[in-house]
Amino acid sequence: MAEVLLPRKMEIAKDPSKFGSSDLLHVLAVDDSHVDRKFIERLLRVSSCKVTVVDSATRALQYLGLDVEDKSIGFEDLKVNLIMTDYSMPGMTGYELLKKIKESSAFRQVPVVIMSSENILPRIDRCLEEGAEDFLLKPVKLSDVTRIRDSLMKVEDLSCTKSIKKRKLEVTENVYSLDSSAPSQLKRAKI
Amino acid sequence: MDALVAQLQRQFRDYTVSLYQLGFLDDQFTELKKLQDDDSPEFVAEVLSLFFEDCVKLIGNMARALDQTGGSTVDFSLVGSSVHQLKGSSSSVGAKRVKGLCVTFKEYCEAQNYEGCVRCLQQVDIEYKTLKTKLQDMFNLEKQIIQAGGKVPQVSIN
Repeated sequence: MAEVLLPRKMEIAKDPSKFGSSDLLHVLAVDDSHVDRKFIERLLRVSSCKVTVVDSATRALQYLGLDVEDKSIGFEDLKVNLIMTDYSMPGMTGYELLKKIKESSAFRQVPVVIMSSENILPRIDRCLEEGAEDFLLKPVKLSDVTRIRDSLMKVEDLSCTKSIKKRKLEVTENVYSLDSSAPSQLKRAKI
Repeated sequence: MDALVAQLQRQFRDYTVSLYQLGFLDDQFTELKKLQDDDSPEFVAEVLSLFFEDCVKLIGNMARALDQTGGSTVDFSLVGSSVHQLKGSSSSVGAKRVKGLCVTFKEYCEAQNYEGCVRCLQQVDIEYKTLKTKLQDMFNLEKQIIQAGGKVPQVSIN
């Protein structure tokens, strides 16, 4: 057989070697809710991603090797292309996890997406300011996941420099249910 | 057995539509069904099973937190935290009525309204059990269709 067989649902990636040993984006999902973990895992698998799911920010740090003495390093060889974390979790929140990831040399360039059931604008702003790539309202939609995945594939494909570019902010109706008194400039990063 | 299959499929369709129309389920349940396929044929049942486990655990927490026997005072933030989690789970599976009750329940927690909370606790307990029974009936109809040699129809809700 001269042809290379790609994973069934894979259409977009032009250079599979960019994703390491497997052809798939590796996503680390963090959520304390068992129902939501099952759901996000399925969304990601259906979107042709390799998924690792953990139930707390602490376990996420353990997985990344950021829980040990020299907290700023982490497992250099671990390939994680995206981290999706719930915001409200007991113990360490998704926001605190985001900060720790951005402080680490191994993972600061990995895009982090925050998920929350609450549409709280200051919370969204705070996360974006801390470097979150996106903020999704729960329940997360399949279209959210495919949009993020496609965007990441494009980034890898263009062989960008390692620094994450700040994307243009634009108003999105889906995330904010703006009431008339809210400032019209409130935005959410879109990737 | 085509007539039987057709009859079962009709029953299934009507029953499913009624669950949406009566507000037991919303769009999110439809989204769950879309994620089910040959690779994951039991996905919806598995997620719902986790949801019902959550209900038992969280309602138990709420009941304990609202227990005033022995003169203990109620920690409404503790109740509220469990309500918030149940609201999240119910939202993720499309359990519309349970979610609606959680919204009201949360308001009573914030207002520290004991009677309101106790009422909501009773209602949410009844509601999740009702939904569980209804979904079991729906899953049984699916099984019967398959056993009769038919396929479970896609039900579109408009």
